[in-house]
Amino acid sequence: MKEEPLLLVKDLNVVFRYPGKEITAARGVSFAVGRNETLVMAGESGSGKSVTALSVCGLLPEQSAFVSGSARFDGAELIGMPQKRLRSFRGRRIAYIFQEPASYLNPVYSIGEQIAEVIRLHRGAGRAAAWKEAEHLLELSGISCPQRAARSYPHQLSGGMNQRAAISMALACRPELLIADEPTTSLDMTTEAEIIKLLTRLKKELGFSLLFITHNLAIAEHIADQVAVMFRGELVEYRMKEELFASPEHAHTKELLAAYEKVGRFIEG
Amino acid sequence: MNKTTLTGICMVGIMALAALAAPWLSPCQPGQIDAGSILCAPSSSHLLGTDSLGRDVLSRLIYGARISLSVGIIAVGISTILGVFFGALAGFYGKAADALIMRVVDVLLCFPTFFLILAAVAFLDSSIFNIMVIIGLTNWMGPARLVRAEIMALKEREFVEAARACGAGNLRIIVRHMLPNACGPLLVNATLSVAGAILLESGLSFLGLGVQPPVPSWGNMLTEAKATLGVAWWITVFPGSAIFLAIIGFNFIAEGIRKDLG
Repeated sequence: MKEEPLLLVKDLNVVFRYPGKEITAARGVSFAVGRNETLVMAGESGSGKSVTALSVCGLLPEQSAFVSGSARFDGAELIGMPQKRLRSFRGRRIAYIFQEPASYLNPVYSIGEQIAEVIRLHRGAGRAAAWKEAEHLLELSGISCPQRAARSYPHQLSGGMNQRAAISMALACRPELLIADEPTTSLDMTTEAEIIKLLTRLKKELGFSLLFITHNLAIAEHIADQVAVMFRGELVEYRMKEELFASPEHAHTKELLAAYEKVGRFIEG
Repeated sequence: MNKTTLTGICMVGIMALAALAAPWLSPCQPGQIDAGSILCAPSSSHLLGTDSLGRDVLSRLIYGARISLSVGIIAVGISTILGVFFGALAGFYGKAADALIMRVVDVLLCFPTFFLILAAVAFLDSSIFNIMVIIGLTNWMGPARLVRAEIMALKEREFVEAARACGAGNLRIIVRHMLPNACGPLLVNATLSVAGAILLESGLSFLGLGVQPPVPSWGNMLTEAKATLGVAWWITVFPGSAIFLAIIGFNFIAEGIRKDLG
């Protein structure tokens, strides 16, 4: 029998209920991320990519978001799992990085303190050991002066540096799955390329699965094993990268590809 | 740190140091009665004069600083801790917890604080400890509202979501990630409240319901000075000035911090 993939999402629905209003943000979404595989989830803004990613780990507000369906991680059903148990997955086995690194880092703590906190929280390491490990992680993420960066506060660092710090923090507990929610959207193109390269290198060195969310199919071409295209809350196309780029089926995929080519021409011209 | 804060810290610092070093600094015992020198004007032997029982005003002022400052600071400590606790609870959990706590706050705020304290003091004996606790218990509503608003705003911030994604629980999120970000306005509020609490204690003592003689506090020194106001200005002016300077000092600190926070 074939081994079950690391993350197996089946028929996932997310409905936001507000007084007098109901919005379906994701409808019948199914996908799988195998060990050490990269799935790129692409789509325009508002297509439900982020909501899908957040719902996997129960990070949507419980009062308004109703999640149904199934998301199995390494055999454990995550949908409907009590928050207390979910917490032992978050950060330790499933880690997130987000779009705006500067606002996803706490302004009152230094980078080192924040990374060390995650290490101490999940691995019960001592203060000094956690700090050493934090510096090591920053170095691993390609920060040239990790000792200084560890003592810096988020507002003192550039967007690229902050994203590297956020990646260090996410990888602090050697997670099996990294969910990257548009991690390069707020960065300029050179930094974007650097971060993508960094993620590819770290993935090779540390070995984790990657669920990468973006609206930019150019990134998918570089890093994806499989590509899933979302449109208005539904997964409209979900195939191996090569097939998708060779013969896009859905109209929205074609649109995204056309946009990507247009941008490409714009840059070259 | 700007000049306003620095001025405030100097003013309050000098008083606090004087209060701490009272036994070494004050020329006489605060309760030492000298029948030979009643109502002496300020002179080289009694720098700030003596009162109607011949006690040295400077010594009483320095010992009074101990009482007034510690009542102010500890009362505010109590009210801030209570306020942070209830405010965080209301702001973070919202819904029923929020509604309940905020209605209690509204009800308590309806009472004029001073009369609430007067009523409480009437039932309990007015020891210094009781006064600290009563002032603390009747002033937590302000910080509670403040913290609630801060927490509600912080709840929407991305780094809180990030902390959750890292596997942090509610308690850790509130204590480690939210409260440090709410510190600024809370500090301003607490500093201002210390000034308010000192004034409250002075007012209570002035009415004879606060710190009881012969223990000197700035408030009850004023009460005792009332009778001889016409003949001995120094017994009223100096404690009055001490209250004035302490309050100005704390207000400067608060104002300075507020300016620095932008």
